[in-house]
Amino acid sequence: MSLTLLIYLVVGFTFALYIGIAIAARASSTKDFYVADGGVHPVANGMATAADWMSAASFISMAGLIALSYNGYGGSVFLMGWTGGYVLLALLIAPYLRKYGKYTVPDFIGERYYSDSARVVAVICLILCSVTYVIGQMKGVGVAFSRFLETDYETGLGIGMFIVFFYAVLGGMKGITYTQIAQYVVLITAYTIPAIFISLQLTGNPLPQLGLGSTLAGTDVYLLDKLDTILVDLGFQEYTTTIRGSKLNMMAFTASLMIGTAGLPHVIIRFFTVPSVAAARRSAGWALVFIAILYTTAPSIAAMARLNIVNTMQQPDGQALLIAEKPAWFENWEQTGLLQVEDLNGDGRIEYTADPETNELTKLDNDILVLANPEIAQLPNWVIALVAAGGLAAALSTAAGLLLAISSAISHDLLKSTYMPSISEKAELRASRIAMAAAVLGAGYLGLNPPGFAAGTVALAFGLAASSLFPALLMGIFARRVNREGAVMGMLAGISVTLLYVFQHKGIMFIPGTSFLGNMSPNWFFGIEPNAFGVVGAIVNFGVAFIVSRVTASPPSEVEKLLDFLHEPSIAE
Amino acid sequence: MAEDKNVDRLQRFAARVRSLMLRLLVVWFVVSFGFGILLVEPLNVIRLGGYKLGFWFAQQGSIFIFIALIFSFSSVMTRLERDYVDVEKEFEE
Repeated sequence: MSLTLLIYLVVGFTFALYIGIAIAARASSTKDFYVADGGVHPVANGMATAADWMSAASFISMAGLIALSYNGYGGSVFLMGWTGGYVLLALLIAPYLRKYGKYTVPDFIGERYYSDSARVVAVICLILCSVTYVIGQMKGVGVAFSRFLETDYETGLGIGMFIVFFYAVLGGMKGITYTQIAQYVVLITAYTIPAIFISLQLTGNPLPQLGLGSTLAGTDVYLLDKLDTILVDLGFQEYTTTIRGSKLNMMAFTASLMIGTAGLPHVIIRFFTVPSVAAARRSAGWALVFIAILYTTAPSIAAMARLNIVNTMQQPDGQALLIAEKPAWFENWEQTGLLQVEDLNGDGRIEYTADPETNELTKLDNDILVLANPEIAQLPNWVIALVAAGGLAAALSTAAGLLLAISSAISHDLLKSTYMPSISEKAELRASRIAMAAAVLGAGYLGLNPPGFAAGTVALAFGLAASSLFPALLMGIFARRVNREGAVMGMLAGISVTLLYVFQHKGIMFIPGTSFLGNMSPNWFFGIEPNAFGVVGAIVNFGVAFIVSRVTASPPSEVEKLLDFLHEPSIAE
Repeated sequence: MAEDKNVDRLQRFAARVRSLMLRLLVVWFVVSFGFGILLVEPLNVIRLGGYKLGFWFAQQGSIFIFIALIFSFSSVMTRLERDYVDVEKEFEE
């Protein structure tokens, strides 16, 4: 059977599965639509959260980001940042918001800060970070289709939109939850199988987490030591010790990703779907278990695939790879533009070195590590088909979660809570479906015509969530004295500082040439790169909120009661 | 009198939750920012198989410990809440 046919079959089967689930899990009330009737088992919700959370970027790009862009150790910021945030979420945010018991994040902010303007500011922050995030997912769907199925980008995006439209509009959170569980199973199988094979081939140990710390098969040289030596020989820095920027930059980056994670609305709302506060706490633990399966495998794929590539480029006799002897996978991926070769010195060989003057592997895209892995390891075709289905599952599941966060902010927070409080339950359900349909179409439009700022999207989303929503939620739960004025000014200050810093280095709305300081590290504030700046925005947010709250009136007594209720032991189980 | 006692118990409960959170967050900080970044060089002298220990904390160990932290929090909180309810029942009897 040809590879393309096999991919169509596997991807088609998973899509049929998602549609089947959508028909079985239709929403019949707003509670169904917003929180899946609050009846999802904590382990099931953990699995759905993992799929919700792990995006096309985690699946396709992260291993390459760690291995290539951040040269190994520097990439630890993603691993620690995107998992450590769950500790904050589980301890400080999710149980309290579950106890509060409503449907959305702006719901809480509006009531805790007794103000429609606080709610509207929260909705704006939510939409800003979710929309930037969803563009990345839509692009992921289009790219996955075009690479694996040789359709053009637009067709791929269209098919992806149709599938999401179907189950998200019909089932809301209920449909999304059960499809996300199926998508998790697809994506984790697709991610781990190639990793297991590669680990087995290189080290003889089937567990990638152990393989990474093992010796290379048939030798007594440790894999990581070998990788360090071979990279240093080629002029790169050591894989296991190279710091990204400075230690302060790494700490700020990790912290920004952590608090961004704990402040992302599409993740937080997943914890509204479980039956109790205790279930929300347990569920966060399960979510991290399911996430960790991928996140502890990723560094193994990163190091092993990098070693495989270097070994391909460097023949056993110590000579560089002859252009005439390129393996088949190399040519396949050259056609997609993810790999590019230029024989600068005309010796018929491809030198791969750290020096841009002599390096002849002129393009080595981050995504290649995961996408070409099965071919590099010479795995059977069905594994390649599975990787295609896995990448699509990762993109679709995250897109659906984000779209729900956006549409419920519109139908629930803007319509029901702010502008049309008299709307009936039935009308609200209809409004939420219309909002969802509009959100899917809007996201599709942005996927087709990505705005200039789409390049920096996911990192920007984290910076925005970290600097606006996380501090507002944390203070809303733990700082009794923080009032309406403080919260609104804090959110606005946090988000402005972060946007200003990102724009001044990367261009206004990422338009090249409009950056007024230039993207040069000497201009970075204490050497902190723009993507790591969310934590500084958060500190500004906290500072402004505390100072403004101190000079304005205390929150009313209803807020005292709300906080007493949130911190009471929750007994129901 | 009973009212005061209730307030008292609530405050004790809140204090216990706070100290639990604080202890867990200290561990959270130490294994990631501490072992994974600040102390990475001294730890890298120690080996865990082929892993340098600091590198291992940054790319593997911290994640496993995060999971343990969340489940410990979940189980201790359930116990604290159960203790609270049990005492309340005694009061009613």
